[in-house]
Amino acid sequence: MSDTQVSFKHKDLLSLKNLTKEEIKLILDTAESMKEIFTRKIKKVPTLRGKTIINLFYEPSTRTKSSFDLAGKRLSADMMSLSVSTSSVVKGESLVDTAQTLEAMGADAVIIRHSIPGSPHLLADTIDASVLNAGDGAHAHPTQALLDMYTIREKCGEIEGKTVLIVGDIRHSRVARSNIWALNKLGAKVRVVGPPTLIPPQLEKMGVEIYYDLHEALTGVDIVNILRIQLERQESGFLPSLREYTKFYGIDEEVLKLANDDITVMHPGPMNRGIEIMPEVAYGEDSVITDQIPNGVAVRMALLYLLTGGERVEKAAN
Amino acid sequence: MKKLLIKGGKVVSPADDLNEELDLLVGDGKVTEVAEEIDAPEAEVIDATDKIVTPGLIDMHVHLREPGFEHKEDIKSGTESAAAGGFTSVACMPNTEPVVDNATVVNYINDKAKINAKVNVFPIGSITKGLEGKELAEIGFMKEAGIVAISDDGETVMNSELMKLALEYVKAFDLPVISHCEDKTLTENGVVHEGYYSTVTGLDAIPAAAEDIIVARDIRLAEMTGTPLHIAHVSTKRAVELVRDAKARGVQVTAEVTPHHFTLTDEAITTFDTNTKVNPPLRSSEDVAVIKEGLADGTIDVIATDHAPHAWEEKDVEYDYAPFGIAGLETALPLVITELVKPEVLSLEEAIEKLTVNPAQILSLNKGSLTVGEDADITVIDLDQEYEVDANKFYSKGKNSPFIGEVLGGRAVATIVNGKLVMKNNEIL
Repeated sequence: MSDTQVSFKHKDLLSLKNLTKEEIKLILDTAESMKEIFTRKIKKVPTLRGKTIINLFYEPSTRTKSSFDLAGKRLSADMMSLSVSTSSVVKGESLVDTAQTLEAMGADAVIIRHSIPGSPHLLADTIDASVLNAGDGAHAHPTQALLDMYTIREKCGEIEGKTVLIVGDIRHSRVARSNIWALNKLGAKVRVVGPPTLIPPQLEKMGVEIYYDLHEALTGVDIVNILRIQLERQESGFLPSLREYTKFYGIDEEVLKLANDDITVMHPGPMNRGIEIMPEVAYGEDSVITDQIPNGVAVRMALLYLLTGGERVEKAAN
Repeated sequence: MKKLLIKGGKVVSPADDLNEELDLLVGDGKVTEVAEEIDAPEAEVIDATDKIVTPGLIDMHVHLREPGFEHKEDIKSGTESAAAGGFTSVACMPNTEPVVDNATVVNYINDKAKINAKVNVFPIGSITKGLEGKELAEIGFMKEAGIVAISDDGETVMNSELMKLALEYVKAFDLPVISHCEDKTLTENGVVHEGYYSTVTGLDAIPAAAEDIIVARDIRLAEMTGTPLHIAHVSTKRAVELVRDAKARGVQVTAEVTPHHFTLTDEAITTFDTNTKVNPPLRSSEDVAVIKEGLADGTIDVIATDHAPHAWEEKDVEYDYAPFGIAGLETALPLVITELVKPEVLSLEEAIEKLTVNPAQILSLNKGSLTVGEDADITVIDLDQEYEVDANKFYSKGKNSPFIGEVLGGRAVATIVNGKLVMKNNEIL
């Protein structure tokens, strides 16, 4: 870590669309050093001591929020959380006004989750503190995609040249979009498969091959990333029934045989076991789903360090 | 009232077939003389050397917000904004609070305009009561009070039977129907054009078909009833084609386009700047190209702003929460010159036609020409003046412009309304 020249020049992490391949690799390399800390007896370093980092969640979240929380704490930052139910958000304070308040409190970084695309951009334009996008509507979930890249690299070595299939509700998925940007930048081939109603228009221009048939899509695939299917998609007319979705797009051991032998199975969670993924696949030998969790913490530590540690900390994780 | 002599300018008036250097004398609110060299020592001289002199510009689609939303705009600020942009007449849409769906509200607007307006204000009445799309508004009473058209702008009369009845009923009152074309069942929650950039941003989308479907329906209904139909803010390729085909069949249909729809594409939304949020949404580059063709071949008759001012705090929010709309009166003419006239999409005469005589004819206004004896509504334009758009300098209360910081070439330097100089060198007098 001490050899790593920090050259991450962005104030914020809003999307992976505008990051270079080198910047993504820097984040992943930094995360590798961070993950080493997990093996220590005391899983904590003083790197971000005195820094104030705020979780601002306008949408419920368990794993992303706690992952950021843990990441900040392992770097000794002061972590604070504001969520809809406990802040003035319910009283109708605007995002911009809340942002000013957080800045006045001396926040060095604000992590935001919001249901509306672009909300992190509004926040980033309003305050000087670093803004980390923890998911904004269907737009982006950059830290999830980065932890997915980390996990693929850890399990499969190089990402370049691999074929990755993303399965399910691409239309409403920020995870899919961020994965597509990252995978393309890192040289993977990207496929998506799902019901046509859940594939957004002109997606192919983002650099993906579109399939509607799962069997065809899985053939020759190295990594399959299975998205959560939201139960309300049925009511809004995107799907006739979950039963039918499972029949045509659910991943079980049988269909997985169509993929390459060393297939890796991923899922951003939370899973609907028995709907988009069968239990035996979720916890089978090809699954890295539980590895994704600690990798998420490591990647978020790396980002908090790169965005708020900056040049002021010379020997980051040592 | 003191006489005005507009001297040495190039007079461009398509209605009068004029495009030459002429002087223009104005007295008692009327054009009194148009000649090569006028000598009038008693008159105040406006030096128009190297400038263009046109009939006063007419914007047939603005939202003045009064009554009800005076924090966004009112008749005074909205018409000052119009005058600053070179417009001498505006037609204002009825989506106020209360809605302009009865003669009382029309009278209110006319009374307020008499006191506060810098330019001529022509109210448009609603098609249905409360813009609810359920029952016809009192169109006859409103006509007596002075409306120039009916429209449920902002809303579409989704009930096709009711739209047909409106087109039939209005024949008794010789009013055109202006249609905001949007199939609401396709646009629920939508905020941007459906295409590559809605996919990239994850924002909820409004497909082009939502507009095309209602344009097709309303053209068919206009054809059936024989009532003149005007399509507001055309934004899609297919809508242009539908209007073109209908005109070729002899249907009485006209169409307008806004400056933002011929200037910007949906790529602008990737910044998530809420000033790019407008209805209809900014469309694809293919749509924009066809709109320019439609302007050039005359399919699109009118350039109108859909001036939709909002308060700063209303736009300074998350994309979905922001209201639709762009404050357009003060950038319209500069955009016409920069985006259409200079790149030769339109000749200057064609552009002026779409800003003067064409909207006047659609709304049956006795405006849009510089014939001796007509109202002295005149705009003086400097085609070469370059300036950077600064919303803080807008006379409009609405600072919601996606063109802030853009350098545009060409703008109005004097506006004369009914013989009175109301704007000179970008200052309201």
